[in-house]
Amino acid sequence: MEGSRQGSSEAASAAATPLQAAVRLDAVSIAFTLKGGKRYVAVEGIDLAVRPGEFVAVVGPTGSGKSTILNAAAGLLKPAAGRVEIFGQPLPRLNARAGYLFQADALMPWKTALDNVAVALEPQGVRRAEARERARAWLGRVGLATFTDRYPHMLSGGQRKRVALAQMLIRDPEILLMDEPFGPLDAQTRQIMGNLLLDLWAQNRKAVIFVTHDLEEAIALSDRVVVLSAGPAARVVGDFPVPLDRPRDISEIRLESRFHDLYREIWSCLRVEVSRAYAGGPA
Amino acid sequence: MNRLLLLALQIGVGLAGLGIWHVLTVYPVLGETRQIQFFFSTPGAVLSRAWAEMLTPEIWGHLWITLQETVLAFVFGAAGGIAFGFLFARNALLAAVFDPYIKAANALPRVVLAPIFALWFGLGIWSKVALGFTLVFFIVFFNVYQGVREVSPVVLNNARMLGLNERGLLRHVYWPSALTWMFSSLHTAVGFALVGAVVGEYLGSSAGLGYKIHEAESVFDVTGVFAGMLILTVFVIVIDAVVTVIENRLLVWRPQAGGQG
Repeated sequence: MEGSRQGSSEAASAAATPLQAAVRLDAVSIAFTLKGGKRYVAVEGIDLAVRPGEFVAVVGPTGSGKSTILNAAAGLLKPAAGRVEIFGQPLPRLNARAGYLFQADALMPWKTALDNVAVALEPQGVRRAEARERARAWLGRVGLATFTDRYPHMLSGGQRKRVALAQMLIRDPEILLMDEPFGPLDAQTRQIMGNLLLDLWAQNRKAVIFVTHDLEEAIALSDRVVVLSAGPAARVVGDFPVPLDRPRDISEIRLESRFHDLYREIWSCLRVEVSRAYAGGPA
Repeated sequence: MNRLLLLALQIGVGLAGLGIWHVLTVYPVLGETRQIQFFFSTPGAVLSRAWAEMLTPEIWGHLWITLQETVLAFVFGAAGGIAFGFLFARNALLAAVFDPYIKAANALPRVVLAPIFALWFGLGIWSKVALGFTLVFFIVFFNVYQGVREVSPVVLNNARMLGLNERGLLRHVYWPSALTWMFSSLHTAVGFALVGAVVGEYLGSSAGLGYKIHEAESVFDVTGVFAGMLILTVFVIVIDAVVTVIENRLLVWRPQAGGQG
């Protein structure tokens, strides 16, 4: 078990190449200029390939640049070095084929739940009446059929995430990028949201990059867990397949012994990085 | 606290104030009442004068003029403030270049402009509208500028990821955000529009509430001054109530203070 720890991402993606990768990061480095002109390298030499229909979870200690990787895949950040390819094409600016679920509340507070979801269809030129009809259907699928006219501040944290999920999925993007989307929610709500996500994903499998600091959540949801090192200049230090059967109930699956084995295996890799991050690291 | 009790206390304070005023001006406590009444009038006289004024068509003419000036000053000031707020917030160079001039213009006490406006625009309503405009413009300008600049980056990135282009962002993100900030300054802006109108009238005009008060003052008619002030106060309260209704209509999406989530 300990031997598979360094199953590098190259090996994993090589095994998976009959299909073109939905997202491929090739030796990507991202740096920021801090106040006072100092350069901070967030991630360095990241290789990551996600196949269409594959659910990849990215875990790492705080400050390991997990969100940075997502932002590079979304086109919100330009890499300082390396290439980002989306279905084999270099990414020029914003990734139009991806949907993004943010950790913080990203709904427009001045729009009702219905309008927040319907506005996502506007760029595709869908007429207003039809957009609202489809938005209503999507809010039903995420369990908010009776909350369509609520403004975000009238909804609970979990309900707001459901709206955001519907807003992302109604566009039918081919790639889903999720940045600790259930982070601010309480434990039970997280499991319910996780099951909802898996449910919707199973009906229409997209390539997913799901960033989280919660290893249990990562294993329960994903096909593959990628471990990042502590920052700065975080790298990929582990890549573990998750051969658990689907469909899964993520509150049940945690009780299985195979889950525990996987957890132990990945944690032994992640633990080193977490303790490095808490020791302060070179920064 | 009990609402009825609170209301009773509030009314009590008002009555006590009027009572003291009445006793000190009607009875010879501090000296000869005629002399004291010349300076302070009496509450009864002020109320009955205000009531008598309200029954004449003349005062409604003055109110109508003041209302027109207030509304025009607000509309032009707000429109200008929104336009320039947007322009400057979306164009950093423009904002940087004009920054010292905006600050200087805002620092100037606008009342000193009233005589110049009277010279340029005459003694009619437009010189008052101009004065109100200079007051309203800066309030709305700064708020809209702030509103557009401080759009939540997460909301903005989310909207961009949904595929909204510049026009879509303007319509769905920047504009509502700027409007929120403008509405949150609505009371102040409307209040300043009224200040501009009344001060302008006071300094030179032939109609309006400010003129009415000034006219009474120039013949030492203290009762008339107080009656004018009373009518002005009621007018302001009515306008403020209308603004509150509009505000509540437009900002339904905003959480009530203290009632988050």
